[in-house]
Amino acid sequence: MTEQSTTPIVEMTGISITFPGVKALDGVDFRLLPGEVHALMGENGAGKSTLIKALTGVYGIDSGRIVVGGVEQVFSGPAAAQAAGVSTVYQEVNLTDNLSVAENVMLGHEIRRFGIIDWHATRKAARGYLQALNLDIDPRSSLSSHSLAVQQLVAISRAMVVDARVLILDEPTSSLDNDEVARLFDVIRTLRERGVAILFVSHFLDQIYAISDRLTVLRNGTLVGEYRTEELPRVELVGKMIGRELEVLSELETSSERAVVDRTGTPYLQAIGVGRKGSIEPFDLDIFPGEIVGLAGLLGSGRTELARLLYGADHADSGETRVAGEPVRLRNPRAGLSRSIVFSSESRKTEGIIGDLTVRENIVLGLQAERGWLRRVPTKKADEVVDQYIKALGVRPANPDAIAGNLSGGNQQKVLLARWLATAPKLLILDEPTRGIDVGAKAEIQKLVAELASQGMSVVFISAELDEVLRLSHRIAVLRDRRKVAELVNSQDVTTDVVVDLIASGGTSA
Amino acid sequence: MTGLAQLTRHRLFWPIVALFVLLLASTLKHHTFIEVTIRDGHLYGGPIDILRRSSILLLVALGMTLVIATRGIDLSVGAVMAIAGAVTLSQIADSPDPGSLTTVALAMATGLAVCLVIGVFNGFLVAVLGIQPIIATLVLMTAGRGIAMLITGGQITTVTSAPYKALASGFWLGLPIAALIAGFFFAVVAVVTRRTALGVLIESVGINPVASRLAGVRARTIIWTVYVLCALFACIAGFLQSSNIMAADSNNAGLFIELDAILAVVIGGTSLAGGKFSLTGTLVGVLVITTLTLSITVIGIPVNAVSLFKALVVIVVCLLQSPVVQHKLRARRRKAAPVPVEVPA
Repeated sequence: MTEQSTTPIVEMTGISITFPGVKALDGVDFRLLPGEVHALMGENGAGKSTLIKALTGVYGIDSGRIVVGGVEQVFSGPAAAQAAGVSTVYQEVNLTDNLSVAENVMLGHEIRRFGIIDWHATRKAARGYLQALNLDIDPRSSLSSHSLAVQQLVAISRAMVVDARVLILDEPTSSLDNDEVARLFDVIRTLRERGVAILFVSHFLDQIYAISDRLTVLRNGTLVGEYRTEELPRVELVGKMIGRELEVLSELETSSERAVVDRTGTPYLQAIGVGRKGSIEPFDLDIFPGEIVGLAGLLGSGRTELARLLYGADHADSGETRVAGEPVRLRNPRAGLSRSIVFSSESRKTEGIIGDLTVRENIVLGLQAERGWLRRVPTKKADEVVDQYIKALGVRPANPDAIAGNLSGGNQQKVLLARWLATAPKLLILDEPTRGIDVGAKAEIQKLVAELASQGMSVVFISAELDEVLRLSHRIAVLRDRRKVAELVNSQDVTTDVVVDLIASGGTSA
Repeated sequence: MTGLAQLTRHRLFWPIVALFVLLLASTLKHHTFIEVTIRDGHLYGGPIDILRRSSILLLVALGMTLVIATRGIDLSVGAVMAIAGAVTLSQIADSPDPGSLTTVALAMATGLAVCLVIGVFNGFLVAVLGIQPIIATLVLMTAGRGIAMLITGGQITTVTSAPYKALASGFWLGLPIAALIAGFFFAVVAVVTRRTALGVLIESVGINPVASRLAGVRARTIIWTVYVLCALFACIAGFLQSSNIMAADSNNAGLFIELDAILAVVIGGTSLAGGKFSLTGTLVGVLVITTLTLSITVIGIPVNAVSLFKALVVIVVCLLQSPVVQHKLRARRRKAAPVPVEVPA
């Protein structure tokens, strides 16, 4: 950590950005020093992404100044920001899947001889950049053949090629497991020692405290303050982010006693030997009304694949599914929907939100799909439904005519939830509903799920965060290597360690 | 932002300006151009002529708008027009009584049935087999005229049939029947897409097909439907075109009309990337293109320079509409270049 007297490499003063109907940033100041890891904190919609996009030239600013390396900048676009030494690695890796690792790292900076690309030298240079980050992979290999974690490191290598003085990591850890996070942090520390200023955004408080030197907190588009991480206890940090006391969180902690689910009747959904080749091995699963079934397992263990079969997003090639005791064939999403089963995908952007449509249109879409195109949802009813859910879920901005693609991740998630809840489902399948969203919204969504279940809705809840699964679920199905390996009833005795053991042992100890 | 600035930023501002400029130029050249008079109980004049001549392109562009809104494209519309004309005129020519209304109605029904099959075929390739629309419809764009030639036996089939001739040349309530037909279908599509949920579902599929499917939207059915509609509208356009010359000319019927139709859609502000579509925009686009073609002759541009003039107008309209150009123009007006500043160390 460098001392406070160092000249900031980035100094943003009085930044304001307005979108139609939304004041996204209101006179925000932000400083970034060379050789520090600086965390940008705030709830969804606080303005984190907007601030980053202003700094990377994606958005123009309405007022304020951006000074990078002592020069005032007016970025005309991301390329201008990059030329000024500001590089970004986004949550969803922005690389070209079908090119090789070397091509991705060196894209636009290939080494040329007589105007022709010298591939040998280019690959050698790429290897050098990769090795500087302790990444020993073949530069010729296709990028898509590597895990997301490695791809992220490749993206960072790419930032090093353009000699970035400022590196922005936007939610780099949301899809990584613990070992991969540790590896990424090693790389971040190496870069910090070299004097690179690193702006780090993450919703994992543990990681913030593990890696960051200072942090800036935003709330509702305004600056709350800038703090040294070690001087700000967690509880205070969360308080500053959500701007109120932690009643929601503490409430959840105490409400861990679960209502007993009556498992004597007919399950709402019963899967008997349901499976799909190459996707998930045949499994049995009963889900009773009012029951929350958590799916635990590592990334790629088959959690999502299982959920997709339950909805009909993919169709099963073996086994039988019964809904309320009746055998059904779920050949497509529409079939699931007509049985009051809904599925909220883990990829909000690509499989959830229809970006260019309004919040209203996005919310009504599920209802409309169920009714078919001929029977349009009457305007009055649509208004009622949309109003009701925007209020109930606290969608911000509370403007039904806002373009859904402009909302922050957490608010998009709420819009998706609203879409499904509006269809009055009997089985709600949530795949990673809390990924990449902040503590406050996370707590709200968890609370909502618990409430819905207590009113008799069945829920399948998938999350990479085990304690979240444990806190909510009545029963937990454990998956590993595309197979359901165990199922256990949740109780006070079931801890994260128990589930981790099950995942590790593949269910043999159960 | 002032009202004027807001107006110039509207998607359709520049196309409408172009339309008025063309009308004005034609009127300055021939003062009677803009006049509408009543002759034999029918309306006559430049504007009426534009409406009549717009009808074919409007029908084709109508279907094209829906297809483009789903991220697709239909290159086969011109060939479909040729097939529609070939099927219908051959049947009329072979019938014992070409002048009877029943014969014409039956022949048109056959034409529509054939085009329905074509639309189903295109839709099947795109929606079910997942072939890229540009390739899938290229099949019939190239093969379609051959099929039309087979139907007419390689000849240009001509007929004499008063009811059929009325389609393109007749008047009803003082207005050209062709324009009334196109206007009717325009209104039907506008009402159906905006009063039912079809419009928003088409847009949703165009913006994000995967998410739409997971939301329970029958994406495949919707995509299939728009190709069928597009073929049917092209078929009706084919009726009007063949009625206009009272002949089925497989080689030239609707030649390159797919490009004019795509252009009309784009001028109208519907993105080729799919999603939000504007039927009003398409209507304006069609009027601009037709007026352009007509005013070229009225203004008296030399025949050799016609294509160049048309290209120039289209380029200017597209440039003025482009977000990049608009942004640049605004930025130039607003601020000077960035000034570097010294920050004390």
